[in-house]
Amino acid sequence: MAATGEIRRSYWRRNQRALAPWLFIAPGAFMFVIYVVIPIFRSVTISFYKWDGMGPKVWIGLSNYAELWGDPAFVVSLKNNFIWLLLYLLAVPAGLFMAIFLNQTVRGIRVYKSLFFFPFVISQVVVGLMFSWFYAPGFGLFYKLTQMLSGTGIAILADERFATYGIIAAGLWPQIAYCMILYLTGLNNVSPDQIEAARLDGAKGWKMLWYVIIPQLRPATFIAAVVTVIGALRSFDLVSIMTQGGPYGSTRVLSYYMYETALSEYGYRMGYGAAIAVVLFLIMMLFISGFIWKMYRDETER
Amino acid sequence: MVQFSRGTWALLAAATVIGAQAHAGEIKIFTDTSDPAPKAAFQALIADFEKANPDVKVTPTFFDHEGYKTAIRNFLTADAPDVANWYAGNRMAPFVKAGQFADVSDVWEKNGLKSTLKSALPSMTIDGKQWGIPYTYYQWGVYYNKDVFKKFGVDVPKTFDAFLADCAKFKAGGVDCTTTGTKAGWPAGGWFDYMDLRVNGYQFHMDLTAGKVAWTDPRVKAVFAEWAKLVKPGYVTANAAGIDWQDALPLLEQGKAATYLIGNFAVAPLKAGGMTDKTLGFFQFPAITAGLPMAEDAPTDTIHIPVGAKNKVDAKRFLAFVAQADTQTKLNVALGQLPVNNQSKVGDDPFLQAGFTMLSNAAGLAQFFDRDAPAEMAKSGMDGFQEFMAHPERVDTILAHLEDVRKRVYK
Repeated sequence: MAATGEIRRSYWRRNQRALAPWLFIAPGAFMFVIYVVIPIFRSVTISFYKWDGMGPKVWIGLSNYAELWGDPAFVVSLKNNFIWLLLYLLAVPAGLFMAIFLNQTVRGIRVYKSLFFFPFVISQVVVGLMFSWFYAPGFGLFYKLTQMLSGTGIAILADERFATYGIIAAGLWPQIAYCMILYLTGLNNVSPDQIEAARLDGAKGWKMLWYVIIPQLRPATFIAAVVTVIGALRSFDLVSIMTQGGPYGSTRVLSYYMYETALSEYGYRMGYGAAIAVVLFLIMMLFISGFIWKMYRDETER
Repeated sequence: MVQFSRGTWALLAAATVIGAQAHAGEIKIFTDTSDPAPKAAFQALIADFEKANPDVKVTPTFFDHEGYKTAIRNFLTADAPDVANWYAGNRMAPFVKAGQFADVSDVWEKNGLKSTLKSALPSMTIDGKQWGIPYTYYQWGVYYNKDVFKKFGVDVPKTFDAFLADCAKFKAGGVDCTTTGTKAGWPAGGWFDYMDLRVNGYQFHMDLTAGKVAWTDPRVKAVFAEWAKLVKPGYVTANAAGIDWQDALPLLEQGKAATYLIGNFAVAPLKAGGMTDKTLGFFQFPAITAGLPMAEDAPTDTIHIPVGAKNKVDAKRFLAFVAQADTQTKLNVALGQLPVNNQSKVGDDPFLQAGFTMLSNAAGLAQFFDRDAPAEMAKSGMDGFQEFMAHPERVDTILAHLEDVRKRVYK
């Protein structure tokens, strides 16, 4: 007994350094496998079946994917996802300029900073509600404003041409605040001697910003871009709160369409929903692996 | 003797234990009746049941109305209650077919419900068996602002043409002839139901929602042609697609709109908004095809026993209790709706009385578009109706799309 204990202990001693990281990772990895990796594989499997969530599953191969391409609702959702992606990225430069604007020493600047950051603290659901009222036909502030200016009010969320943009605008409001805070912390780390040196060399205004400040903000820009891209792709809550995908399905995005087909009142097509989820997953993987590759390259370069 | 009596006692004790187990004494009820009035009505119902059956304790869980529709699929398979709320007709079919709702034909048989709940028997029957108990339904129809009608010198229209003529007067006076908020889809479904029921009649509507008729059929196109007469001139509140049904109510209250096609559940919020029996009126949806028997929408709410229920014995007692005439009288007075049991009494509210008379003489009762048509067809249909009400010129594209969906859904 003593001997085996000794051997065990010495094995532990010998491999302690190699084993310790794995032991630390183990709980996290366990959760990750159970809640992320396995569900991903399950979703992919389900996407090959026709299944209502309760009855028997029927294998239909790639039929769900074949149906996706002929489904106008899916095409609209995909298109909207790309609009989201493009316009949502505006949050990054907007956040940068707001951060630069607020990065000064004025009496009470902390209060202003907190006020600008406020939208990010509010729940997305509340943001959605506030903007729905803002746009509401008849009594909304925005509606009244357009009515005053042009004679006829524009009900943003009831008009298929504007509804998606209206929702994105609502989403940008907190997202800009988030990017701003990332840049504010980044600006704290901009080295004053480099600015001093640049100033001695006569750099000013835009040149100073573009060649001296922004390069130093690269880590902040990277994080801001990552969270914004992911935020745009998983935009669900605002769509659900503000339009429920309407008017007549024109504001659906992939995540909402997946919810609608698989889980909502009129859904229960688990296989089809899973197929949409897989497509969304692949699009996200495209971006995420790009980011990871960049991070990996940056780390190995050092 | 001593031995014998000891045995008897043991038997008796065993019997009581078994008895207590058979009536384990608790049933769990999941329900979506969480709005103030329905919740109070259900709590009163449960209290009455417990009074009549002191050995049973009822534990209700109230769900948010919309969330319930998603939650039910999870809890039926994962953690089933003993009794759950749902809806009649095609909405209950997926659960019956998946073997999630228990057959309660014996409750119907034992309590003679086939005669007392006769009007709802067809919508509760699948494969010749009954799968739940209907406890309430309500009428749909046109609610109108009497003051506005008086101001424009307009009478209740009997035909759709008369209604359109009235609309022209309202429009000229800057009042929306009819209002609605189709954001959630189903208010537009109500419009389609009535247009189709009045143009083509009950049987055609049932065939259409059952997928037996093409959406590109000329008879369907005729429905949309009639509907366009209302939509194209702008007689319906603008931007309806961006408004919830509740948000359209103030327009009727404030006299900015003259009428509203909606279910009787709108009466309570309208009265809370300041309308009274003097200012709020109700009329049956006017006739379109002359001489066609008038069928109505009357969605029925039901209770069911999940297959996974732990205490089916007491759950069945609860179902039988809810089916009773006096229970339904009291429950529906509190709900402000109509009892399904034909021995029950209708509350003396004028809207309930009007609805009761109308439904008693109806040529047929449709459940509602999203209950008669299967879920996927219902969703696409309501999206299409919503689009039609905003862009009536797109009718051909919309119908072609719905026909594609029909071909896939009913395969």
